[in-house]
Amino acid sequence: MRLLIANGYVVDPTQNVNGGRDILIEDGRVAALLNSGEPTPEGVEVFDATGLVVAPGFIDLHTHLREPGQEYKETIASGAAAAVAGGFTSVCAMLNTDPVNDNPAVTSFIVEQAAAAKLANVFPVGAITKGSKGEELAEMGEMKRAGIVAVTDDGHPVPSPGLMRRALEYARGFDLTVMDHCDDKTLAAGGVMHEGEWSLRLGLRGRPALAEESDAMRDCALAELTGARVHLAHVSTRGAVEAVRRAKERGVEVSCEVTPHHFTLTDAACEGFDTNTKMNPPLRSREHLDAILEAIADGTVDAVATDHAPHHADEKELEFDRAAFGITGLETAVGLAFERLVHGGLITLERLVELFAVNPARIFRLEGRGTLRPGSHGDVTILDPSLRWTFDAARSKSKSRNTPFDGYTFHGAAAATIVGGRVVYKFAAKTDGIMAASKGVDR
Amino acid sequence: MTSAVLKQRNLLGIRGMSAAEITHILDTAETFREISEREIKKVPTLRGRTLINLFFEASTRTRTSFEIAGKRLSADVINISSSSSSVTKGETLLDTARNLEAMGPDLIVIRHPSAGAPHQLARVCRAAVVNAGDGAHEHPTQALLDALTIRQRKGSFEGLRVAILGDILHSRVARSNAHLLTTLGASVTVAGPGTLAPPEFAALAGEGGLTVARRVEEAVEGADVVMVLRIQRERQDSAFLPSLREYAVHYGLNLKRLSLAKADAIVMHPGPMNRGIEIASDVADGARSLILDQVANGLAVRMAVLYLLGGGAGVTTATPNPAAQTKPEVEPQPEPLSSAAAAAHADGSK
Repeated sequence: MRLLIANGYVVDPTQNVNGGRDILIEDGRVAALLNSGEPTPEGVEVFDATGLVVAPGFIDLHTHLREPGQEYKETIASGAAAAVAGGFTSVCAMLNTDPVNDNPAVTSFIVEQAAAAKLANVFPVGAITKGSKGEELAEMGEMKRAGIVAVTDDGHPVPSPGLMRRALEYARGFDLTVMDHCDDKTLAAGGVMHEGEWSLRLGLRGRPALAEESDAMRDCALAELTGARVHLAHVSTRGAVEAVRRAKERGVEVSCEVTPHHFTLTDAACEGFDTNTKMNPPLRSREHLDAILEAIADGTVDAVATDHAPHHADEKELEFDRAAFGITGLETAVGLAFERLVHGGLITLERLVELFAVNPARIFRLEGRGTLRPGSHGDVTILDPSLRWTFDAARSKSKSRNTPFDGYTFHGAAAATIVGGRVVYKFAAKTDGIMAASKGVDR
Repeated sequence: MTSAVLKQRNLLGIRGMSAAEITHILDTAETFREISEREIKKVPTLRGRTLINLFFEASTRTRTSFEIAGKRLSADVINISSSSSSVTKGETLLDTARNLEAMGPDLIVIRHPSAGAPHQLARVCRAAVVNAGDGAHEHPTQALLDALTIRQRKGSFEGLRVAILGDILHSRVARSNAHLLTTLGASVTVAGPGTLAPPEFAALAGEGGLTVARRVEEAVEGADVVMVLRIQRERQDSAFLPSLREYAVHYGLNLKRLSLAKADAIVMHPGPMNRGIEIASDVADGARSLILDQVANGLAVRMAVLYLLGGGAGVTTATPNPAAQTKPEVEPQPEPLSSAAAAAHADGSK
């Protein structure tokens, strides 16, 4: 099977390509980059990308797919459908399923379900400790053989620095990245939003920025001590990005991701007690949001990840302090990144592609992804930087509707998603009229 | 009815209310005080209207006060008490709200241990929602009755110095009062243990009119009004306090500390009191204590709030001065006024 993505504007920082190219995909792999205008090879399916940006497939490092165990929130198939609708060719499935992905049987199950869904690539992330209980190490080697690409205890971060050190040393032997959700539970003290002026005003218990920052500093120091690869999940505070910045300056192998909601909203969004503004880490104050934007611009931040966390309506239609933490994010991430980062003038398209594709592939060592070099996987995200569209949560591909961005109008979208050379998603509302209007690339 | 002065259809909090709106409620409450002194303590103002008192948290004073207020206005009052949250009951808060809404109440008074529950309820209900205390967020009718009590003694709020003592962090009373008193021109100083009176509290209201003192004495010195908050025993278990004994010694209001206030200073407490802990008995029962006046004023304020919010837009049987009606029990209910007539009456009301 051969697919030619013709007439597009290719942005691939791994090859320093930034201009008009056609991409030929054969048998699921990139076969060649052709200069635009070269004759179309015989017998190929053509995807016309006129006026669109063609990028290496986007990879979400942080996705909760809920299967096995919580299929009423999301399944691997529904999550993968939401992923490709949002322009992601690959997602990394978090371990906090039921049972927890702390053994190769669960890992294999996820791999099989993803293969059956035939949409996005799903890379499982395994637990650091058995049952994410923070007591004994999980069988990382066996899980890696079954398909995990990293380990983390995500929402139940390893509280003991001693055990975390052992985890880093052990993971290093399998070349596994250790991802950590930095959250000192004793400082967070049951808080339900960011601790600051708004939590005080609303009478809600706050989680101080320091709860995240003290763990971030600990992890950077442990990465330095052990030489292991550490990735900090969804950093949201000034102190956390500063810890990463300083560690990188010292040459420590540490990376970090930020979520679209943390670079878009502040804790002031909690004013109306809408439980779709409740997540962990919480929406922070303006000072922290500004620090996140600065860290995106200066390169401290390596990746944008969604922390897609689907929840059923009856887990969200509760009192603010009792509602579940988390929001969906797969279908709004690209729109928010265009809106806030690219059109906001903060970053270039190349940097966008680094944040969504190149760096995620590097952080979890996903071979042959995050690039369009010949021989790599035929995973391609096609972007329309000027498309205006409105997100309707009721029509989300996810099984859940918990998003604060329902009804948001975005400027910029994923126009199509190609996985292994197969077009698995095309923006449905796209008409020829809109295509014509969106010609040209916003830089 | 929609009041010409009151901008909102619900009473969810004091924050965001204007001085004119607050004063309008206080003025209305004054007219209702007289009803409670009559032999027949009832007017037909809310006849045919349904008031649901929805209490998810134990309360005697506030629930009773709202119930009596509703009954003296002739509303049909239904009390629902539930100690359990929606989670343990197996129904979401919003489903509870939708079910109540389906029964068509005109007013819902809600007390809930979670901040924001009244706001969530108001989003799905057509009934006017009155916040009777939500977690550590707001308790607007408490602040209004406190204000009425202060105004009766001090005349006005401009330049008044108010001290609020105790567990500021967890207090909805402190928040509502901070907003209300600074909006009306008073300056407020709060004080309590470092764990319970965060310095950041000063930023919440009043453009510099709100300050946080480290010591109780600093707050009380020169005060016109001293408000004492209830201290919860649970604070000891969660490491906010070493002991209630130490709290009483270092933070309780006794006669010695009260002597730092102005000679004509008044003492208030939202109740229920822990005598001998946050307030000494000789202070609570002393001549300067207005604690029982607060309770009486609570009734008048709640009648005013129910009256102002409970009429329903466009139709009203309320008269501009409801207290002017006499012997309402035996007189026939007047026909509902036309909207134009109602508007004319509303303009004439205080």
